[in-house]
Amino acid sequence: MKNALSVSDVSKAFGGLTVIDRVSFDVPRGSRTALIGPNGAGKSTLFNLISGVYSVDQGRIVALGQDITKLPLARRIGVGIARSFQNIRLMPHLSTLENVMLGEHHFSPAWQLVSSARASQRARAALQEAGLHDYPGQVVADLPYGVQKRIEVVRALMAKPGLMLLDEPAAGLNSGETHELRALLGRVSASGVTLVVVEHDMPFVKHLCDHVVVLNFGRKIFEGSPQNVRKDAAVLEAYLGSADVMEDARAA
Amino acid sequence: MISGYWSGVLGMLAINIVVAYSVFVPAAAGLLNLGSAGFVLLGAYMAGAMTSLFGLPLAAALLLGSLTAGAVAFLISFPILRTRGIYMVLATFAFAEVVAGVLLNIPALGGAAGLSVMAYAGLPVLIPSAVAVVVAVAWLMRTRFGLSVRALHDDESVAGLFGVHLRLTQVMAFTVGGAIGGLGGGLLVHQFNFIDVQSTGALFSIYVLLYVLMGGTQTVWGPLFGATFFTLVPEAFRKLAEISPALKFLEAGRYMIFGIAVVLLMMLRPQGVITRTLVERLSGPAKPASSGRGSA
Repeated sequence: MKNALSVSDVSKAFGGLTVIDRVSFDVPRGSRTALIGPNGAGKSTLFNLISGVYSVDQGRIVALGQDITKLPLARRIGVGIARSFQNIRLMPHLSTLENVMLGEHHFSPAWQLVSSARASQRARAALQEAGLHDYPGQVVADLPYGVQKRIEVVRALMAKPGLMLLDEPAAGLNSGETHELRALLGRVSASGVTLVVVEHDMPFVKHLCDHVVVLNFGRKIFEGSPQNVRKDAAVLEAYLGSADVMEDARAA
Repeated sequence: MISGYWSGVLGMLAINIVVAYSVFVPAAAGLLNLGSAGFVLLGAYMAGAMTSLFGLPLAAALLLGSLTAGAVAFLISFPILRTRGIYMVLATFAFAEVVAGVLLNIPALGGAAGLSVMAYAGLPVLIPSAVAVVVAVAWLMRTRFGLSVRALHDDESVAGLFGVHLRLTQVMAFTVGGAIGGLGGGLLVHQFNFIDVQSTGALFSIYVLLYVLMGGTQTVWGPLFGATFFTLVPEAFRKLAEISPALKFLEAGRYMIFGIAVVLLMMLRPQGVITRTLVERLSGPAKPASSGRGSA
């Protein structure tokens, strides 16, 4: 299996508005792929299609060797897909440890006591690895934004994913936290997990990712290496405006 | 030796606690049940019939009453869980009315005259039953199943992404709640040696839901607090009115005070009195990672 994810001719519309328009791309297994584009390009919608939050109108999605196009949401974690969200979606009334333990819910016995040392051992180790060992018992709603953001990543990691979708994981983090997150994701990638990252922080993308897919108005406009993306005319136009505007910018 | 009055108050408190937990379990998963009276009636009539008509021992009758209410809760959960929010509240309320209507028209169970039973459940039965329910629900909420219930309450979609089966978890929570309600009914009928459909009307269901919502659904201690507070405080007011002539107004005014307390609680603590954060604060600072045990 060469690709961890293959998106083929996928479309999604809400009412009369087409937000994903016949998008196709492959994510090589073990790669660190960035999904970038201006606001409203359809990046988060595409994540929602891959993770099963939205249903696909047209096209096919194959993840980790399995056709997941019509697979119910709750069964995609079993395929090996885990994700984080652009806007934090932790369980606000659960503790840090419980939120993280939810990540391994699908392969844990229903009657296992959450408070047992055996059950929480892996969660505690994962929090330690992410530098979050100070907050195991605290209710997450009471924690700072940056900490919550990293807890989301740890929760996704607990699912032992083969494919991890991270929606703006560095948004709202300070430079130290961003550096720590990048190092953590580097270690995750080294362990064989394929990463797909939606991110506006381009230095973060440049340092972490080896493959870039660019969307604009729901269509793919570029796929290639981080080095080449900056030279692509369609990408420059999507971010900076028309060629005329670019000429003006260069002249200025 | 405890007086008859306090024995009655404690007995009612034990029953209220049991029934409060029957509403709490589904409420913890985000399901509001205004039909607790229906499950209580089912349990009460089944258990009552078993001891009075078939001569079964009390324990077996209580178990059968609980199982019956649980089975009915399981069956009706499928149509009821298709509704959401206020429509679910109305659907559960309607269920309780249907149960009352059906029981009212079964002559073998006494019909409108009600069902009298000989077997008696005193405090030695009621208090251990209430304690057992609290311990069992506390245990359940500390399991992975409890974690999935609480996760559903917070965010169904994300819980689903991590493999929580939405419908299965909701059905189980509703069924467990129904079974506990049935146990409460069995205790009720044998505490008073009588049950009729007027014993647990719409107001009963509203009060029980208030115990849970006012106490709080974030922790397992919320319904215990709610049921205890709303059972004992009105009784305390009545006692005060008897003791002191200056406090005579409390005898009739306690209902007004109760209403004001409910409104104030809704305004000041819409999430309930006992919240997760409050429990964390009361139990001291969060334990360090090396302490070997988290809060669940």
